[in-house]
Amino acid sequence: MSILVYIEQAEGAIKKTSLEAVSYARALADNEGTGVTAVAMGSIENSQLAKVGAAGADKVLHVNNERLNAGIIQAHASAVAQAYKKVEAKTLILAKSSLGDAVAARLAIKLNAGLVSNVTDLPDTSSGYKVKRSIYTGKAFAETSISTEHKILAVKKNAVDLKTDGVEAEVELFEVALSEDDFSAKITSTDQATGDVLLPEADIVVSGGRGMKGPENWNLIEDLAKSLGAATGCSKPVSDIGWRPHHEHVGQTGVKVAPTLYIAIGISGAIQHLAGVNSSKYIVVINKDADAPFFKAADYGIVGDAFEVLPKLTEAVKALK
Amino acid sequence: MKILVCITHVPDTTSKIQFTDNNTKFDKNGVQFIIGPYDDYALARAVELKEQSGGSLTVLNVGEAETEPTIRKALAIGADEAIRVNAFPKDSLFVANQIAHYAKEGGYDLILMGRESIDFNGGMVHGMVGEILGMPSISPVMKLDIEGNIGKMAREIEGGKEYLEVSLPFIAGCQEPISEWKIPNMRGIMSARTKPLNVVEAISEETSTAVDAFQLPPAKGAVKLIDKDNVEELVKLLKNEAKVL
Repeated sequence: MSILVYIEQAEGAIKKTSLEAVSYARALADNEGTGVTAVAMGSIENSQLAKVGAAGADKVLHVNNERLNAGIIQAHASAVAQAYKKVEAKTLILAKSSLGDAVAARLAIKLNAGLVSNVTDLPDTSSGYKVKRSIYTGKAFAETSISTEHKILAVKKNAVDLKTDGVEAEVELFEVALSEDDFSAKITSTDQATGDVLLPEADIVVSGGRGMKGPENWNLIEDLAKSLGAATGCSKPVSDIGWRPHHEHVGQTGVKVAPTLYIAIGISGAIQHLAGVNSSKYIVVINKDADAPFFKAADYGIVGDAFEVLPKLTEAVKALK
Repeated sequence: MKILVCITHVPDTTSKIQFTDNNTKFDKNGVQFIIGPYDDYALARAVELKEQSGGSLTVLNVGEAETEPTIRKALAIGADEAIRVNAFPKDSLFVANQIAHYAKEGGYDLILMGRESIDFNGGMVHGMVGEILGMPSISPVMKLDIEGNIGKMAREIEGGKEYLEVSLPFIAGCQEPISEWKIPNMRGIMSARTKPLNVVEAISEETSTAVDAFQLPPAKGAVKLIDKDNVEELVKLLKNEAKVL
């Protein structure tokens, strides 16, 4: 018996959030006295699979099927269900993500499992099985009991620290039986930003708002982000008027981020924007309006003109490194 | 084409979130309830698809009588009729079972809803309904066109999007910018009063999870302000105090 972890990859690279899910499963397995098996889909090099061991897995089931390189929801759900049965798991752990959520929901039905998403902490099993999850878009938490024998937990970023000192995991090729129905959704093309730090997974995020005055000034945001190894984000008005693409929109109806550091520049801090960033560990706000509501949610603030402060800040960060 | 749009009845995005009864109940005092913002996008796109290709548009909500004003708003925006499953939405599985049952009974070609509700943010119901009905479920969908029998979609992925095609019938969890929210006009509001709103009973009581207690995050301390001419100080604090650099 083992805890199963569903691993996501992009272009053959295992996602960091999935590795965090492995570390979460490790901590859980150590409490329960069980093992951790991870299941990974598609073409992935062994050097990447080694990271899964380092993050805490004992074993990796590698479904080395090219058709699963793309995130086809039904096909992934079928493959994970087969791995779950093979290892006689009672618990499935995965990272909350665009694909993870969609796959987990189908698996909840397939496996008769109680599913809790946005999990922020390890379960409390002292009486029953209780998990803490984030609700109301980060504005509250709910202590949630799962009543079924089988359980699925979709873990929020930063729920546990990523482990990197695990042992080498045994890799086993795992064949799954998939039907054409599993591939009824056909992916025709993908349009992905490459080479950048992905916003939902970034440890540091630098976001700009309307205070940046126009898309031509975004190089100031990008320079700071680059010096920090950060992803760039933006407020909803900025994506609505087309200065930046929608996948950079941080907020209630956009991407919810949970970085260790969130730097907001020229963003007033509407409650809908705060809903997307309230899981950040530290928030820095730079705004020329000292009354901007965002300062109330910030740890550090600078009242000043972004066009003066940003180049200086980028230089100061570079000087540090 | 027969379209079903499932909507949630949730606190306005600007609501102050508080709890009562020893942190076991949401405090509705002074809170305005709305159609879930993601559901509202799904509804807006459904209205456009119906205008393009004809057919019918039904909205469904799992909720007690208090949700009827929200359902009437969806009718005012352009749905033809509504179904209210008369039950408190206990958990995702409970809601998915109700939707799957009434969706199957109605024989819909396209089932749309928001990518997630903004109260519990689970984002599970579309996938669960898909699995129960043996239909494809796609989420989060940011672009949707129907050409003949084929749905052409863009799904948001981390850092980009993925274009895909799937045959009807299917289920999609929607988000912006699939459409623009529609504000009901006076004619819509008047006609919504007489559109059918059928109240039906829950078909299953099954749940797999339950909330025992709610909790608010700890209060944030005061902001530490740094002079704009001394940005080096900020970098020092981030490195030595917050330890994030």
